Amino acid sequence: MSHAEVWVIAAAAVFGIGLYSLLIASHLLRQLIAIKVMGSAIFLVLVVAAGPIDGALDGLPKALVLTGIVIAISAIAFALALLVRLAEVTGSTSLEDEADDDR
Amino acid sequence: MIAEALAGLVFLPLLAACAVAVVPKRAVGVFVWSGLLPLPALLLPLTEAVWREGLVRLAVAGFASPLGIEWRVDALALVVLWLNALIAVFVGLYAARDYPPGSARGGRFWALWLLLTSAMNALLLSADLFNLFVTLELVTLAAIGLLVIDGKPAALRAAMRYLLLALLGSLFYLLGVALIYGQAGTLDLYQAGERLGPGLLPVTALVLMTMGLLVKSAIFPLHGWLPAAHGNAPGPVSAVLSAMVVKVSVYLIWRLWLWLAADWQPAWALPLLGLLGAGAILYGSVLAFLQVRLKMMVAYSTVAQLGYLMLLFPLLGPLGYSAASYHLLSHGLAKAAMFLAVSNILAVMGTDRLDRLAGADRRLPLDTLTLALAGVSILGLPPSGGFVSKWLMLQAAWAIDGWLWLAVILAGGLLAAAYLFRPLAVLCARPATAQAADDGSPPSATGLHWSGVVALLLALGALAAGLAPAPVLALLERGLPPGILP
Repeated sequence: MSHAEVWVIAAAAVFGIGLYSLLIASHLLRQLIAIKVMGSAIFLVLVVAAGPIDGALDGLPKALVLTGIVIAISAIAFALALLVRLAEVTGSTSLEDEADDDR
Repeated sequence: MIAEALAGLVFLPLLAACAVAVVPKRAVGVFVWSGLLPLPALLLPLTEAVWREGLVRLAVAGFASPLGIEWRVDALALVVLWLNALIAVFVGLYAARDYPPGSARGGRFWALWLLLTSAMNALLLSADLFNLFVTLELVTLAAIGLLVIDGKPAALRAAMRYLLLALLGSLFYLLGVALIYGQAGTLDLYQAGERLGPGLLPVTALVLMTMGLLVKSAIFPLHGWLPAAHGNAPGPVSAVLSAMVVKVSVYLIWRLWLWLAADWQPAWALPLLGLLGAGAILYGSVLAFLQVRLKMMVAYSTVAQLGYLMLLFPLLGPLGYSAASYHLLSHGLAKAAMFLAVSNILAVMGTDRLDRLAGADRRLPLDTLTLALAGVSILGLPPSGGFVSKWLMLQAAWAIDGWLWLAVILAGGLLAAAYLFRPLAVLCARPATAQAADDGSPPSATGLHWSGVVALLLALGALAAGLAPAPVLALLERGLPPGILP
């Protein structure tokens, strides 16, 4: 097995773990963490799939992953703020016990 | 000149957004309007250049692709840029009533509004797959920030669901980008398209990116988050969400299939994408008819109307392309007008439950008129932009003997008539017994507020789009996607 294949399999496993937790979790915090884990798997793919071209190391994927991490952090921070507000206003940390919103 | 105009489209609202966040309250208004009002003026030289050359390219900061990011404006991008500028300015004028730029909550609203405008302009200009991911995230975050600006519990729940699905959609898109980069060694949408060919990996990447974008654009059966989000957002936010935010994701799907994968799009998938559209039209229309709240009805109408944008794929050709692009434009104007009118009705009547709105036209003549005129365009009656696009779409379906698509387009029109006439009949109803709503009181002052005029202007714009479609259609014909011959 080549070096790249190991990493791709690892990425697939991490992605699967994230997806599984996303599907079984009902607490929004757990769902957000699951999405974050899936995101990490994709960053791994991004670094590996781009790989060294013709023996020369390509710096661009690393720059992309760095940008991606910054974006993921901002998005998760925003989601956490939203979650805190949601818990304050509705007293619920899950979307499953949703009431009918008809006025 | 062109370079300055392009940069202005992105950086003027962006700088204004930053300024709004830090300047004292009394100065906010100046920055808001100096960030929004010049946008149409910036588009004028660009329109002239695209009309002359068909395509305007700019390597940002002088760094050419593959290292730098390239901006490209063709006819389709230009049409959507115009729609974005019009929506940002007109709906912005309306929003200035609900969120006065000098007030405490106004500051937050306008920073996000300007950021959203800037992000959508950047998305429409960009030709770089990763840059598109970044702008897409900015659009989503700004849009969801606006959605929860009032902190209503229903809006918070809808926003949380929207955010989770949007984040998931972004992941799928990003995974596709990673695969494309691994294959093509470039992120430039057009260069990557040329370097790739039909094969398992490129098609997998295309499908992954499309799945992510289908979630973000709420195409049936992934529309679940949209009605609650668009139906519970503040009025002007609903308008921009329905008119622009979901459209830019569909726009990106078009870019991927008709430009990136122009030579290697899997032919088997085109009817499948069309079937998603057909499902959206039928399901969205029926559910729009079943709603008890006016605003939810308009939100489900968006689910249905987005379906027409997906019919581009089975009807691929110059006619289908013009039809779908024109539909994007006319639906944007009409739906924005409709949400603004409904928002006025909700504000004045205190409810948007259809069973409590009887006789509302007495108090809100202007908004009832706006609702009716926008409805004309949504259901595709002449003379309106909606008529032009649906007529072209019918012709495209006729030309390829696509009877299924023909039937879906016609059924969609009839269903739209059903769900749009119902609220109009209620609004104009005269209850037999004397009720508070029908006591002969004069039209209320709110009903004739200038914000109502703004909504009416947008509805009239959708109608005008049906009277003079020739220039836009001619422009679109100059920028047909590769592989589509006139």
